[in-house]
Amino acid sequence: LFEEKMAAGQGVRPLSLAGHVGFDSLPDQLVNKSICQGFCFNILCIGETGIGKSTLMDTLFNTNFENLESSHFEPQVKLHAQTYDLQESNVRLRLTVVNTVGFGDQMNKQESYQPVVDYIDRQFESYLQEELKIKRSLHNYHDSRVHACLYFISPSGHSLKSLDLVTMKKLDSKVNIIPVIAKADTISKSELHKFKIKIMSELVSNGVQIYQFPLDDETVAKVNTTMNGHLPFAVVGSTEEVSVGNKMVKARQYPWGVVQVENESHCDFVKLREMLICVNMEDLREQTHTRHYELYRRCKLEEMGFKDTDPECKPVSLQQTYEAKRQEFLVELQKREDEMRQMFVQRVKEKESELKEAERDLQGRFEQLKRLHADEKAALEEKKRLLDEDQSSFGKRRAAAQLLQAQSLTANGKKDKDRKK
Amino acid sequence: IRLFRNTQTCFSRTSCTDLFGYVGIEAVLDQMRRKTMKVGLEFNIMVVGQSGLGKSTLVNTLFKSKVSRKSCTPNCEEKISKTVKLHSVSHVIEEKGMKMKLTVIDTPGFGDQINNENCWEPIVKHINEQYEKYLREELHINRKRRIPDSRVHCCIYFLPATGHRLRPIDVEFMKRVGKIVSIVPVIAKADTLTIEERQEFKERIRQDLAANGIRVYPQKEYDDDPEERILNDRIRESIPFAVVGTDKEHQVNGNKVLGRKTKWGIIEVENVAHCEFANLRDLLIRSHLQDLKDVTHNIHYETYRVRRLNESNMNFSELGLSARPLENGTADTSESESHL
Repeated sequence: LFEEKMAAGQGVRPLSLAGHVGFDSLPDQLVNKSICQGFCFNILCIGETGIGKSTLMDTLFNTNFENLESSHFEPQVKLHAQTYDLQESNVRLRLTVVNTVGFGDQMNKQESYQPVVDYIDRQFESYLQEELKIKRSLHNYHDSRVHACLYFISPSGHSLKSLDLVTMKKLDSKVNIIPVIAKADTISKSELHKFKIKIMSELVSNGVQIYQFPLDDETVAKVNTTMNGHLPFAVVGSTEEVSVGNKMVKARQYPWGVVQVENESHCDFVKLREMLICVNMEDLREQTHTRHYELYRRCKLEEMGFKDTDPECKPVSLQQTYEAKRQEFLVELQKREDEMRQMFVQRVKEKESELKEAERDLQGRFEQLKRLHADEKAALEEKKRLLDEDQSSFGKRRAAAQLLQAQSLTANGKKDKDRKK
Repeated sequence: IRLFRNTQTCFSRTSCTDLFGYVGIEAVLDQMRRKTMKVGLEFNIMVVGQSGLGKSTLVNTLFKSKVSRKSCTPNCEEKISKTVKLHSVSHVIEEKGMKMKLTVIDTPGFGDQINNENCWEPIVKHINEQYEKYLREELHINRKRRIPDSRVHCCIYFLPATGHRLRPIDVEFMKRVGKIVSIVPVIAKADTLTIEERQEFKERIRQDLAANGIRVYPQKEYDDDPEERILNDRIRESIPFAVVGTDKEHQVNGNKVLGRKTKWGIIEVENVAHCEFANLRDLLIRSHLQDLKDVTHNIHYETYRVRRLNESNMNFSELGLSARPLENGTADTSESESHL
């Protein structure tokens, strides 16, 4: 694969080595670096409440993740993510487990898939933003993109529910889906076989692309091919241990027998663990990055108007597109600024006319009051004039009366004189 | 370089849990190995130095094959070129299932003219061109699964064994180019120096490097943990490596060794008592190969990218990465819905 690619390229010729050079230690150098850095793995578990998601995670990773039971009365589907640091010998794993809460509980499940899709997209978006930053630190970035999605199918024994099909169809281009049949100890072997066939055929006929274990590496091709044939894995989870023979094994104890989790004839748990962790963890991460994330990125950038080639099929540099977009953006900003300015001017005008109106009003009132005042003044003056007139006529009358009195007095005195003689 | 992220506070809960029993996480190491073997590796090395310092011979000795056509055979009368030309040759070599595409970039004409001012320019241009090529590919909407990496991972600079100090051309070159690529200086044709002369020469070179602020690989700033620092300090104390190259084999004590035969003895190239070729080979190939690539990718390339994006004023967060940037009028950044 490598050689064809290289030789087909630029006239590269193969060379033979005369001795040991030492670059075969590169995988070890890489591994040592990764041990220092640690690994990161994110699993999303989708399934109805009570189907056994948390128990399966506990069983898979041999720990107690301390998840509380959720209620069945969630109004909407929510996602609950928790991150753990695990270590096995010298390998450090930062594991994030995302569980759906309330999936399948609502009366109307039409929007059930949406929060899941949104969560996955948010993680892609977050990575894309980091990647497009000018000053970025991708090698320090905590990768939260979902690497594997375990879809828990109810062990009805019949077929997939329509909710299952709808959800998986929405997710198959965004995440690696690994369907599992939960609580598989409720199905008998023969029913299980028929159930698996029914599920796979339904997935195929509905065009749902689930994750196929990779076949290109010869060391694992054989085991992966076999495993691909066992999908979906029928799992049983348990963290309780029961004594079987002379060992303590993880199992579920029933009156009629003990279902051993790690017994391959009882359930496919060991196969799931093999495939998910031991054989294909790296491939799951790679597919997430090179296929699902690239698809998201491409769609997102195209949506924003970026292209690689313009309509005449000439290559367009990102810079040109960016400049064009920037111009658009600036023009838009300018337009909005103008609009705002116009609005401002408008409001000022309105306010001005309002104020003018008020001023006129006041002026009118003032004039009115002035008139009233003048009127009253005139009235008062009239009264005063009348009063003066009255006074002067009264004065005249009094003067006349006094004169009359004085005259009458002198007349009486003369009379008295006359009598004396 | 340890590139481990420190505890960022963006988790809902982080706890260190012990595993009871086998899970199989360890197997991821094998998965990584297999992936690396399948994918193969690309390594680009540039050799810079005046004619006749043994660049081609050293590369051939390093990779134990006829990687470079030596410039002294067959055409000894080849004219020294008027300008520095870069000459890039690629080979595919395989060792124990590990395939490497090795590209050697030779720089004939460097330092050979009478006036060597600006002789580093074609080299700086070439290095930046490779960064530009990678950047363009990275910015494409439809990207290749694996972006072809032609960036220069390592530049070996050949110092003539004068025994004195760094010359102006050395200082100028290493100062400028050391900022954009990892430089590994070596003392060429070191069999003309005695051990004491060699030590003094190296000490003076190290002083000159420090005095001129020249940072050579492995750079002190990029050591992340104390272990790495100790390891790299030891390397830094012995650079530049005094090397001798050859592709001829001779018999010494009944063994076939690579060596140069002279009248006064055989200089065994891979004998650490004779010269430091083995140290150089171990550094470049056996221990720090991945690190050289990481430094180029995470530090030099990122520096170039920052500069380039700032120059073109390409600030994507200015445009806002929301699904509906302009029509609604609000260009909000991260928190908006992002559905396809």
